[in-house]
Amino acid sequence: MTIALTHLQRLEAESIHIFREVAAAFAKPVMLYSVGKDSSVLMHLAMKAFYPAKPPFPFLHVDTTWKFREMIAFRDQMAQKLGFDLLVHVNEDGVRDNINPFDHGSNTHTHVMKTVALRQALDKYGFDAAFGGARRDEEKSRAKERIFSFRNAQHVWDPKNQRPEMWKIFNTRIASGESIRVFPLSNWTELDIWQYILQENIPIVPLYFAKQRPVVERDGMLILRDDERMKLRPGETVENRLVRFRTLGCYPLTGAIESDADTLEAIVGEMLTARTSERQGRLIDRDEAGSMEKKKREGYF
Amino acid sequence: MRHILAKSLAPTDGVRDYLAAQEKKSLLRFLTCGSVDDGKSTLIGRLLSDTKQIFEDQLAALERDSRKHGTTGDDIDFALLVDGLEAEREQGITIDVAYRFFATPKRKFIVADTPGHEQYTRNMATGASTADLAIVLIDARQGVLPQTRRHSIIASLLGIRHIVLAVNKIDLVGFDQAVFERITEAYGQFSRDLGFQTIVPIPMSARYGDNVTSRSDSMAWYSGPTLIEHLETVSVEEAVVELPFRFPVQYVNRPNLDFRGFAGTIASGSVAPGDEVVVAKSGKSSRVKRIVSYGGDLAQAAAGQAITLVLDDEVEISRGNMLVSPAARPQVADQFAANIVWFDEHALLPGRSYILRTETDQTSATVTDLKYRINVNDFAHEAAKSLDMNEVGICNISTRTPIAFDTFAENRTTGAFILIDRISNATVGAGMILHSLRRAENIHWQSLDVGKRVRADMKNQRPAVFWFTGLSGSGKSTIANLFEKKLFATGRHTYILDGDNVRHGLNRDLGFTDADRVENIRRVAEVARLMADAGLIVIVSFISPFSAERRMARELMADGEFIEVFVDTPFEECARRDPKGLYARALNGEIKNFTGVDSPYEAPEKPEIHLQTLGKSAEQMVDALEHWLNERDIAEDQYDNGGGI
Repeated sequence: MTIALTHLQRLEAESIHIFREVAAAFAKPVMLYSVGKDSSVLMHLAMKAFYPAKPPFPFLHVDTTWKFREMIAFRDQMAQKLGFDLLVHVNEDGVRDNINPFDHGSNTHTHVMKTVALRQALDKYGFDAAFGGARRDEEKSRAKERIFSFRNAQHVWDPKNQRPEMWKIFNTRIASGESIRVFPLSNWTELDIWQYILQENIPIVPLYFAKQRPVVERDGMLILRDDERMKLRPGETVENRLVRFRTLGCYPLTGAIESDADTLEAIVGEMLTARTSERQGRLIDRDEAGSMEKKKREGYF
Repeated sequence: MRHILAKSLAPTDGVRDYLAAQEKKSLLRFLTCGSVDDGKSTLIGRLLSDTKQIFEDQLAALERDSRKHGTTGDDIDFALLVDGLEAEREQGITIDVAYRFFATPKRKFIVADTPGHEQYTRNMATGASTADLAIVLIDARQGVLPQTRRHSIIASLLGIRHIVLAVNKIDLVGFDQAVFERITEAYGQFSRDLGFQTIVPIPMSARYGDNVTSRSDSMAWYSGPTLIEHLETVSVEEAVVELPFRFPVQYVNRPNLDFRGFAGTIASGSVAPGDEVVVAKSGKSSRVKRIVSYGGDLAQAAAGQAITLVLDDEVEISRGNMLVSPAARPQVADQFAANIVWFDEHALLPGRSYILRTETDQTSATVTDLKYRINVNDFAHEAAKSLDMNEVGICNISTRTPIAFDTFAENRTTGAFILIDRISNATVGAGMILHSLRRAENIHWQSLDVGKRVRADMKNQRPAVFWFTGLSGSGKSTIANLFEKKLFATGRHTYILDGDNVRHGLNRDLGFTDADRVENIRRVAEVARLMADAGLIVIVSFISPFSAERRMARELMADGEFIEVFVDTPFEECARRDPKGLYARALNGEIKNFTGVDSPYEAPEKPEIHLQTLGKSAEQMVDALEHWLNERDIAEDQYDNGGGI
């Protein structure tokens, strides 16, 4: 009889514990569902945590209106298959002002359509706890964040004054209007995520797998031209290349990588020899030094 | 020379084989601690770099940052890899703990890089609470410093049993063996009573990599392991599976009437269907019927697993209770002794009410006795009236309701708690239980037939505690006396507890320090509660300047029984009236700790009754109070009659 838990079992147990703690201690939690691979893992863990019941909270997708079409199709398909309560929020003010990544740049677009939109949605529904899929290995300021991360009534994170977080004893107390962001995947690495997807056979958006796709080379990145809203600049051409994505966000801001990895095994194999981090494909992190911390302080996940 | 620091662990025998091998690796969680500038962050940067955990884009960013913020000249400043907050990079210090992940062919590691500054000790404790080993860094030029001792004591209290003594910057003392041995000796002396199972001293230079992942050419005299060799092989396993079964119930899963599961994480031991289990707080027993999981029922489960149990019987269990082994049960008590590490800038005050949280339970708690504070330099036990930020002490704690626990020495999960401030909700302290002071099960509450309701009914009234708060001279006593006369005239049974009167008797031993003010209010609140239990309408007339104590008093009473009355008279008016001549003396400096002068008054935010006295008579105030009381009684009578008792 062997009882020692494997590495993934340990991570899984920790995440499930976090899910249950929130369900028990908060009046109105929500799970932020971004449709990416980390969200897929998060959703799978939520299903496990409350089985045989469904997760006792809705899933919220903040739609910037610039997500890959395949992501939206996958989102709707998962909601139907698993039967969870899906809320979709769009910042209508931003839509009215036609905020978009091409004319306004990644910073403004992300701020209006993602950060502000998220704050709108949290205020609208009055959520007091929100799960996110962030991991500490992704980025330096995330490495500093608590699992239960306090936000004041303006959704602001104060990184210089975080609550101590001892053992697995979480301080879930907040005053009215304040909230907690909760990160069940804090201690997972990118490798753990893929390993778990492989082990548990978790469905993910097909964009992660290599395929011939129409891409444009722009600012050193390969951008998938997902619809006609992306206008070609002089000299740019659309070519079909064998590419896939390591992370998914707004299509104009997410670079593809050339790859022939079309199975989970091949993806993991490729990852093991990767020389760049996954966030390298994200335009928004490169805008300025400390940019992730700044966005997070403003309420970005 | 540019290193390629990318991961180079390419699979050889196929990805699945590689992953299977990854799965078998054990995990070591450790932290780096020690004083400021001893090189903690640099060491972690070195470990990450030498174990090829840094991607090319991260390295490029690091080079950019090193030029901008670096403190190492033209070299890469590895500290910038972990000091991820803007404020940290600007000030060149570590403020909060960073968690980093790396692996070698033998083991996986989660490392917590913790800050050295005393003011951020709570963040060091955060990192230490989930670690099994601590690397205590020492600057070879400085030797053992107060922060070295403080961090070692906290590591020891938090249950860490394995220490690496990293004597760093050995290059700056010419790789001198004598320096290394002197520091090792000094640390050994100091830490003799801290209960560490292993202390492994290693001379190193984190900046240049000597004895970190590769052996140093400059220290032929050192024959011990490199840091990474030691980390890869040290055994920290604690056999929590061998301990008695403990299952703190975290969440009751009840999707429909046919299913009632108790969800939680097994703190220790193991469980299988058919096992007898006992509900810790009630002593009721049942058997495990199923261990439910998403992938199908389990045949057994053990410490660390997050599971859902279904029992044979319908026993009453809610969150905060514990399912345990019948043969070895935890203690259930409302008084116990504990080590406390204090985190908050507002000192721990005996008598003040805090929220105590264990992994799943929550109740209110007060420190009844601060036995002593531990001096981090010489372990001396010092008498103390309060515990300041970053101090460590031993306290007796009393909780409002009993909790189920083991001692921290027996079980790190069921023996720990945190304390939370009632107003700010800040996590203000961490506690490790030493032993219980008495068992609550020996003191059964007398369930008398003559109860509060009966006593109050006989007086034809509803109990109430009118709690008057306001500055000295605001008119509390005048209004209270008039209010009592009026109530008496209408046949109500009343009693006034007045600040001055109580201080002459029950509280004659208390002065006017913050700690004494807290205790003063606690005693009065308890007396008021007994009087309300006797069916009386109690009028408490106390300055009661702190909202935390008023809230504590509120929570002692039954719902709706505590009526906070804010007698709101501006400071200038109180000082002008000065009925006892106290303001004049306080403003002259003859009286210390006078509320409103050199001691704060925290005005109520949402009092039930807000009396603004300026320009109004005491009779008008009393009319408002009586009106309020009548309205309440009518509302409650209607509610009761509708309830159909």
